Amino acid sequence: MATAHHDEHPSGIMRWLTTTNHKDIGTLYLVFAFTMAIVGGIMSLVIRSELWQPGLQIVDPHFFNQMTTVHALVMIFGFVMPAFTGLANWQIPLMIGAPDMALPRMNNWSFWILPFAATLLMLSLFMPGGGPAGGWTLYPPLNVQQSGPGVDFTILSIHMLGISSILGSINIIATVLNMRAPGMTLMKMPMFAWGWFITAFLLIASLPVLAGAVTMLLTDRHFGTHFFDAAYGGDPVLFQHVFWFFGHPEVYILVLPAFGVFSTIIPTFARKPLFGYETMVYATASIAFLSFIVWAHHMYTVGMPLQGELFFMYATMLIAVPTGVKVFNWVSTMWRGAMTFETPMLWAIGGVFIFTIGGLSGLMLSITPADFQYHDTYFVVAHFHYVIIGGSVFGLFGAVSYWLPKWTGHMYNETLGKWHFWLTMIGFNLTFFPQHFLGLAGMPRRIPDYSLQFVEFNQWSTIGAFMTIAAQLIFFYYAMQSIRAGQKATSQVWEGAEGLEWTVPSPPPYHTFATPPKVK
Amino acid sequence: MSKTRSTPHLGLVPRLLLGISLLVVSGLASADYALNFQKPVTAIGHKLLELHNLIIIICVVIFVIVFGVMFYSIFAHRKSRGVKPAKFHGSATLEVVWTIIPFLILVAMAVPSTATLLEMDDVSKSELTVKVTGYQWKWKYDYPDQDVSFFSNLATPRAQIENKEKKGEHYLLEVDNPIVLPVGKKVRFVVTANDVLHAWWVPALGVKKDAIPGFVNEMWAKIEEPGIYRGQCAELCGKDHGYMPIVVQAVSPEEFDKWVSVQKDQAAKAAADSSKTLSKDELIERGKKVFATTCAACHGPNGEGVGPFPKMAGSKVANGPLPAHINIVVKGKPGTAMAAFGAQLNDLDLAAVITYERNGFGNKAGDVVHAKRIPG
Repeated sequence: MATAHHDEHPSGIMRWLTTTNHKDIGTLYLVFAFTMAIVGGIMSLVIRSELWQPGLQIVDPHFFNQMTTVHALVMIFGFVMPAFTGLANWQIPLMIGAPDMALPRMNNWSFWILPFAATLLMLSLFMPGGGPAGGWTLYPPLNVQQSGPGVDFTILSIHMLGISSILGSINIIATVLNMRAPGMTLMKMPMFAWGWFITAFLLIASLPVLAGAVTMLLTDRHFGTHFFDAAYGGDPVLFQHVFWFFGHPEVYILVLPAFGVFSTIIPTFARKPLFGYETMVYATASIAFLSFIVWAHHMYTVGMPLQGELFFMYATMLIAVPTGVKVFNWVSTMWRGAMTFETPMLWAIGGVFIFTIGGLSGLMLSITPADFQYHDTYFVVAHFHYVIIGGSVFGLFGAVSYWLPKWTGHMYNETLGKWHFWLTMIGFNLTFFPQHFLGLAGMPRRIPDYSLQFVEFNQWSTIGAFMTIAAQLIFFYYAMQSIRAGQKATSQVWEGAEGLEWTVPSPPPYHTFATPPKVK
Repeated sequence: MSKTRSTPHLGLVPRLLLGISLLVVSGLASADYALNFQKPVTAIGHKLLELHNLIIIICVVIFVIVFGVMFYSIFAHRKSRGVKPAKFHGSATLEVVWTIIPFLILVAMAVPSTATLLEMDDVSKSELTVKVTGYQWKWKYDYPDQDVSFFSNLATPRAQIENKEKKGEHYLLEVDNPIVLPVGKKVRFVVTANDVLHAWWVPALGVKKDAIPGFVNEMWAKIEEPGIYRGQCAELCGKDHGYMPIVVQAVSPEEFDKWVSVQKDQAAKAAADSSKTLSKDELIERGKKVFATTCAACHGPNGEGVGPFPKMAGSKVANGPLPAHINIVVKGKPGTAMAAFGAQLNDLDLAAVITYERNGFGNKAGDVVHAKRIPG
């Protein structure tokens, strides 16, 4: 190899601290994300243990509220977002034939902000007054009222996490626009790169809005600004509008890269090209656009004028159209293929299945008058876990099991892979499907204790949660095994896989595509 | 299991799956599970249930069709059956069709939704107005035209919550003073809050609105049949969000009128009471009750403090100068959950609870506070 001298890099801890290599940084992101998933998962077990039966058993209500709040923040900002950035780092250069990300030094920085931000968030739990207990949505006046530095730590942590994501997004846009191999036009780009390219714009447009909202909250807490205090001419609902202007695109930030993963895995294991590539790109772009004009469907009950409620209802319902197109196209890709069902394919099909249930309950929630009954109940909790676990987390496990042999050079244990999938799938549904019924029957969300008619479904839910979290140990085990040893992976890995990443050896050398490949 | 053709390739995982689903189905059949909305008792409630059932049916049909096709494909188009993959990768006609059909379904859903929303939005021609105010963690109901006003607190004993006593049938869904409403009359609710966001939700009435400090929201309900309807606060409002239920007692208009006059008599009696001068023991006795309903949620039933909220036992305020103590109870502590109780309790109750706090919990301040010492 002509560029052998590039392979000299520090070893040990200095390799990871100073690395500018997209593969190393991708690994860092993925390890960080998995760690945070365990932390957030343990918090969910605290929540589910308290909800095993009515009455207060394990934690007090204030700590319970801290758990629901920090669980959400950790899972969204600490687990799913960094995990997809890790995938982008590993895969986008390999998929578009680039030697690295466009801005490698910034790449290092955007990762290394994360551990500090996460530490700050965790420290908030040990502050006097405890961690943030007002919900991950941080609504005022409750989050202005809470005493102690917990909420302030959280706000600063959100700023850091936001900066990290914006830097990551700039890097992805710069990479996609400038670093594609000759011949790879945008409309020939793999769907995963497309999904991320569009997501990066969503992040850049929405995260600064969140930063503005939480900064106003911070100044309301300490500098007497009263942006959200009606007694001084402020408006508590203003925060909700600004927050959800970020919050709704955020949902698509979490799922669009996973849609790209589904669009990559399904054709591979159906041995048939993706159905309607161009419509898939346009559907993704339409979803991204619509995500900016539907935010107030999260707040139908705040007392908006009728015209507002109608507009947000119609706009939200429209999202079902491009989302439907994507699901129909995935099914058509499978139609008359020659399918096999290795672990990644199971995750992709399972993900589409779960996400579609979440999408249909989302359609129900879009109907304003019906939402007056669903809003702030367990129906909503069930809905968004179906969307985010089905959409994002299943996509994530699909992606990792799909590309793991490429990264490590070893095939993993397929039986363990399948066990991990099935136990997660069953555990997940056992946890969240009954929550639909709890919500419809009238159980509000974010309560540490409940009335007697809700006992049985809550117990199903708790059993499911323990099963789901326990199943992740299988993942940890087979991933570790594949890193250390195992059957040697070929560069092709999967029979039906197509794309530039399969043209380099498994594992790929430290530097790939020093000479750009030609795409016909 | 014999190797017959009837169970092809049924591995351990699918067998496990089958077992679990059988278990789930039998579990569902044997217990009395609530799977859908509570029985509605207003016209709007009925419409919401119909709308909900309609969209759920549409969603289930779409789900069955899409996944019917997908599971057929998973069954039929697998490599192990020796099929060769087709080559097609798009169809303009199909893609147009499945853009337009969902759009038409959405229009069909939007029509009844819009009609229901318009009806819910119309609060005109109401026959009774009730103002609902959310407090941490209780509700206040004002009937401005009847001149009736009271607080409604959780009535479930602390011992049940702490698992020291068997839980009652209406655990967490019972209050000391329910909101009483006449049946057959259009009741307009104006909803607001005193401190943080709350949401007033009674599922059977088909109403839910956020209670927002400084803003007033409106909604209405016309209850069809007498009965007790229970709901809960639906917007996270801090520590005891799970402990501020709503109980609606719907009665005939005649009974409602009777109830109003009883309330007025009681209010007049309470007003007369509050100008009385009680002895120290009477004040402490009364203060103990006020403390239990109003203060114990944060400061603990025995004054031990809860989470970040301060203890009463040995408290600097309760053992310090009296004016500062009166001030914090009457005017609250801005920027914290300590509300201005001057607006919630009468002077006698304020005096009683302050006296109790300065003499109970082993506190040694020893003063007696009479109602006339309470400012304003």
